[in-house]
Amino acid sequence: MATLIFAEHQDGALDPATARVVAGAKALGEPIDVVLMGHQIDGAARQAAEIDGVSRVLVADNEAYQHVLAENVSKVLVELSGEYTHLLASASTTGKNVLPRVAALKDVSPLTDVIAIESSDTFRRPIYAGSAIATVKSLDTLKIVSLRATAFEPAGQQSAASIEPVTVVEVSTTSRFVSEARPEGERPELTSAGVVVSGGRGMGNGENFKLLEAVADKLGAAIGASRAAVDAGYVPNDMQVGQTGKIVAPELYIAVGISGSIQHLAGMKDSRVIVAINNDDEAPIFRVADYGLVGDLFEVLPELAQKL
Amino acid sequence: MKVLVAVKRVIDYNVKVRVKPDNSDVDLTNVKMAMNPFCEIAVEEAVQLKERGIVSEVVAVTVGPKAAQEQLRTALALGADRAIHLETDEVVESLGVAKLLKKVVEDEQPSLVLMGKQSIDTDNNQTGQMLSALMGWAQATFASKVAIEGDTATVEREIDGGLQTLSLNLPAVITTDLRLNEPRYAKLPDIMKAKKKPVDTRSVADLGVDIAPRVELVRVELPTERQEGVRVGSVDELVDKLKNEAKVI
Ligand SMILES: Cc1cc2nc3c(=O)[nH]c(=O)nc-3n(C[C@H](O)[C@H](O)[C@H](O)COP(=O)(O)OP(=O)(O)OC[C@H]3O[C@@H](n4cnc5c(N)ncnc54)[C@H](O)[C@@H]3O)c2cc1C
Ligand SMILES: Nc1ncnc2c1ncn2[C@@H]1O[C@H](COP(=O)(O)O)[C@@H](O)[C@H]1O
Repeated sequence: MATLIFAEHQDGALDPATARVVAGAKALGEPIDVVLMGHQIDGAARQAAEIDGVSRVLVADNEAYQHVLAENVSKVLVELSGEYTHLLASASTTGKNVLPRVAALKDVSPLTDVIAIESSDTFRRPIYAGSAIATVKSLDTLKIVSLRATAFEPAGQQSAASIEPVTVVEVSTTSRFVSEARPEGERPELTSAGVVVSGGRGMGNGENFKLLEAVADKLGAAIGASRAAVDAGYVPNDMQVGQTGKIVAPELYIAVGISGSIQHLAGMKDSRVIVAINNDDEAPIFRVADYGLVGDLFEVLPELAQKL
Repeated sequence: MKVLVAVKRVIDYNVKVRVKPDNSDVDLTNVKMAMNPFCEIAVEEAVQLKERGIVSEVVAVTVGPKAAQEQLRTALALGADRAIHLETDEVVESLGVAKLLKKVVEDEQPSLVLMGKQSIDTDNNQTGQMLSALMGWAQATFASKVAIEGDTATVEREIDGGLQTLSLNLPAVITTDLRLNEPRYAKLPDIMKAKKKPVDTRSVADLGVDIAPRVELVRVELPTERQEGVRVGSVDELVDKLKNEAKVI
């Protein structure tokens, strides 16, 4: 009996969430295999082999998997899953795109966004935008589960496990990759950054995010945003933090001009220290903040950047 | 071409959730219910496709209790042409919903199924992908732009790293993200007209689909609440606290 983790990679490097999913999987107490699908991903495979707790890395290297289209990779996972009791992935947009497809094909009821593994069949997951936590028991023989990576500390390193090719090739022709736009930033990735500085509708426009950047530069922080800021076109969608955006849990989260809706809180309330900067003394964000500063962000941010 | 839109009845997104004292589930008695916000976006997209002359018929479908008819009436008021209600008082998991929707798809033969990316109650984010897999169709989840030409859909998707564009052969399943469109509000005359539009109600029990639960709800509890911290009076004080008290910078 063993666990299979579907891992992601980007530009040849392994997704850092993988080490967190492996750490989560250890609670199951079974050997852990990792499968990577893509094209020319030897580097990522080596990184996966060195994560403590990994027994084997399976690599499906084929041009057809280059863009990890759900229709293709889900079929490979269906083929491989026969030998496993658990199929896990990170609850990223890719994990969520792929795992439910595998589940339907295996006649399994999947579990999304699990934050704790209680036993081989019992898991905890937030529901209603994190307003409640459900403990659920899966009755399926194969458990298909996506893990919220921020809820698990990353596993350490080991000397490399074996890497084996996967020979099954499943190519679907129903969908084709056209293009991808990934805004290139110098900043750390939002979901793994130690410090996150986020702006909301109070920022007023995209230009004003420069004020946040000055603070983020001083702290080596990633920059996030509320949905209102993204909807208004101030910043791109991949910066949205919340129930339906990214889930972050940094050491320090600074919310600026964000009111603190339940949907936003769902994405950041597990941060270790929360700072709120808002000119409305009554803003709900203050109720979750360790340090609240009531003030005009246009005055506070330049001063903060200067004093850090 | 015909579009099927799946809509779900959920708690209104503004309502604060209560947990039952015995921790068996959340308490939904006398709580305001509404159409799942992502389903509203799916209905809006379908209606806009019809207004642009690309789609000829919009059919709304829901799986749920008798009261879920309200959400179908909302879909009809927003511009759907007719509705199908698969009625049940059971809690149906995504897998069961996907299997039931597959039945409807086989009957109706739509060229496109539009669904929300996620229900705001269970936060599952899976039913669309599952229906697509059961049909052997292409899928595009988290759509922020949809263009249809002939029998292809070009879809821009919101992914963790940015945006991805895919081209799908129709029929396909597309799930909606927040920025796909801004749903309209139903106007009173449309709400009146919607009352006369046809709703075909079928009992789930008669459909011969296995919807037995595969996941047992063991316990539901409130998350540990954060304690409200302190207010600081100045930027200097904030920097000092972060350095010397919280030690995070
Ligand atoms: C289905 C659904 C999913 C959603 N998902 C998400 C999600 O994932 N993430 C998310 O964030 N939201 C999400 N939302 C939206 C959410 O409900 C709120 O609308 C949104 O979070 C509000 O963003 P905001 O706090 O930036 O804006 P507002 O609520 O408008 O708050 C702006 C704040 O800025 C303050 N401000 C204004 N000017 C200044 C100034 N000069 N100085 C200091 N402070 C100032 C104001 O006092 C106010 O508190 C979702 C909603 C729905 C229905
Ligand atoms: N009971 C249901 N009836 C109709 N559609 C549903 C139902 N449950 C889920 N869906 C559809 O699937 C989408 C995603 O839901 P979920 O996978 O539960 O997060 C929803 O936005 C709906 O479009």
